[in-house]
Amino acid sequence: MSVTTAEVTTNVTTAADVRLTPAPPVLQKHRSVRRRRYLTNAAALVLAAVLMVWTLAPIYHMVMVALESKGDVFSDHIWPTQPSLESFRGVLTQSHWYLEYFWRQFGNSLYIGAMTTLLTLLIGSLASFSIGRMRIRHGWLVSNVSLLTYVIPASFLAIPLYRIIQNYGLANNPWAIIAVEVTFATPYAIIVFQEFGRSIPLELDESARLDGASPLQLYLRIYLPLMAPALVAIGTYALLLAWNEYLYQFLLLSSEKSMTVPVALARFLNSDVAPWNYMMATAIIYAVPPVALYYAFRRRMRAGLTMGGVKG
Amino acid sequence: MNSTSAIDIGRPAIRREARWRSWRGELKGSEYTWALAFIVPYIAVFFVFVAYPVVYGLWMGSAASLYKELFSDPIYQSTVVNTALYLALAVNVKMVLALLLSGFFMRPGWWMQALLLIYVLPWAVPLQSGFISIHWMLNGEWGFLNNLLYTLFHIEGPSWLNQRWLALGSAIASHIWKQIPFWTIILLAGRMAIPLEIRETAKVDGATGLRSFVHITLPLIANLYLTCTLLSTIFTLGDFGTVYFITGGGPANLTHVLATLGIRNAFDLADPRLGVAAVMSALPLMIPLVIVLMRRLRTAEVQQ
Repeated sequence: MSVTTAEVTTNVTTAADVRLTPAPPVLQKHRSVRRRRYLTNAAALVLAAVLMVWTLAPIYHMVMVALESKGDVFSDHIWPTQPSLESFRGVLTQSHWYLEYFWRQFGNSLYIGAMTTLLTLLIGSLASFSIGRMRIRHGWLVSNVSLLTYVIPASFLAIPLYRIIQNYGLANNPWAIIAVEVTFATPYAIIVFQEFGRSIPLELDESARLDGASPLQLYLRIYLPLMAPALVAIGTYALLLAWNEYLYQFLLLSSEKSMTVPVALARFLNSDVAPWNYMMATAIIYAVPPVALYYAFRRRMRAGLTMGGVKG
Repeated sequence: MNSTSAIDIGRPAIRREARWRSWRGELKGSEYTWALAFIVPYIAVFFVFVAYPVVYGLWMGSAASLYKELFSDPIYQSTVVNTALYLALAVNVKMVLALLLSGFFMRPGWWMQALLLIYVLPWAVPLQSGFISIHWMLNGEWGFLNNLLYTLFHIEGPSWLNQRWLALGSAIASHIWKQIPFWTIILLAGRMAIPLEIRETAKVDGATGLRSFVHITLPLIANLYLTCTLLSTIFTLGDFGTVYFITGGGPANLTHVLATLGIRNAFDLADPRLGVAAVMSALPLMIPLVIVLMRRLRTAEVQQ
C-alpha cells in the first residue's frame, strides 16, 4: 500500500504541473469531454438495462406463473393472459390438496428460523464475551475452531450428521434442524461479535467490576446493549441462513406435518401434474419475509457482511 | 459500523495483549466459573455437531475398497470433471464480474442506488424459490426462456436441461445469478474503504477508467479479492442447492457435482459409505484451501 501511495503523491505533483500550464484549445477539449461523458452515460444505461433483465427474469417468471389462472400454465405466451390472484387465495386458504398443511409448514419454517436466530445470538454472544472480554485461557483455540467450522461446507457433513440424528431419534423433529442451523451459524456470529466487541472500551468492564458487578451482570447490562448493532446483523444473518437451508430439512423432515415450506414445495419439482401456479405463489409467499427483512436491515446487514463473508 | 475493515485484510493484526491483561491474570474462582459456563454451550455444540460427525464420517469412509469402487464408477468420473468445471467457471466468472460491477456501482446518482436495491434481489430471495422458478424457465418445450426466444427472435431454443453441457452451463449461470450480488457488495465495500483522498488525487491526476483501476484500485483490493475468491471456492464446492434444483443431476446423472453425488449415493443408492467416499475425495482440494484460508482470515484478525 505504501508503494501505491508514493506513486499517487508523485503523480499529484505532475498533475499540479500540468494544470499550471495553460491549455489553449479549451473549447475543443470541452466538447470532447462532453461527448465522452454522454457516451459513458449511454453505456451505463445499457449495462443497467442488461443487469435488470438478468436479475429480474426469474423473479418475473415466478410472478407470471403465480398470476395464471388454472390450465394456462404451459402455453406459449410470455405474460399472463388473464392475471388473477386465485392461486394466492388458494395457498392462503389451503384449498388445494397439495397445500393442505401450508400454514402448519409455514409455521414450522418460522419456528425453526426464530429458534435458530435466538440460539445463535445467545450461544455466539456468550462465547465471544468469554473469549474476547473475559479472556478465558485457551480462548484463541475456540476462535480458531469456530473459524475452521465456518469454512467447512455444511453439505459435506450431511451424511454422518443424518445418521447421528437418526440414532438419537430426532428425525421429523424441528429441533434436529435447529441444532444443525445453529451449528453452522454460530461460528460466523463469534467471528463478527469478537470483531465488533473490540470497539467497546474495556475500561467499562473494569470500572463496573470495581463496583462489584458480576460477569453475568456485565454481560447483560453492558455487553449486550452495546452490541445491539452486531446482534441485529447476525440475527438477520441467522434467520436468512435457516430460511435458505434446504438439504437438512429435506433429509430430516419427511412427514407432511413436520416439513417446512421449501421441502413441501420441492416435492413436485420434476412432476408433470404439479399445480405450478400454486407452487409459484407459495414460493413468492415464502420469499416475502427474507426480502422484507433484508430491505429493513440492509444497512446493518451490509456493515456486518463486510466483516466477513456470509455463507451465501 | 466498520467500513474500513474490508481493506484491512492482510495487514498484520494489532495485538492488544497489554490492555487485556487486567482481566487475564485475575480470572479466579467464581469469575473463571462464569467464563467457563459462558463458553461451554458453544464447545458442546461443536463437539456434538461438528467434531463427532467429522470423526464418524472419516470412519465411514475409511475403507480403501470404497475408493476402488468409487473411482471405477463412470458417473463419479464425469462428476469430477463437472466439479472442476463448476469451480473454475462459477467462481472465477462470478468474482471477475463482481469486481467489475462493484466499480460500476461506485457511480454517483440516486438511480444507481435504486439499481443496486434491485440487483441484490436474487440474493435476498430464498434459493429454493429462485431455483425452482429457473428450473421451470429452462424447460425445453414450454419454458419461459424458450417462449421468450421464440416471441422476440423466432429462435427455437434448445432443451436446456436435457443435454449435459447445456445443463451444467445452466447450473453455473444460476449459481452466478444467485451469488453475484453478495460478492459485489463485499467488493463494493472494499472499494468504498479506499480513502477518499487517494481516489480524489487520482482523479485530479487524470487517472480514470482503466488506469485508475489497474494502478490504484487493484493493488488496494487485491488481497480482499483473493480472500473472497478462496472463500467462494469452498462455498461453491459445498454448493448442493444449485445443481439439485436446476438439473437434479440429470440428464442420466451426467451433471452431478461432488456435493450432490454424495447425497445421491447415500440416499438414492442407499449406500452411505459410498456417499461419504465421494465427499472425502474432495479433501485433497479442501485441506490446502482451508489451511490457506485460515491463515489469511487470522492474520486479518478474522476480518473476512
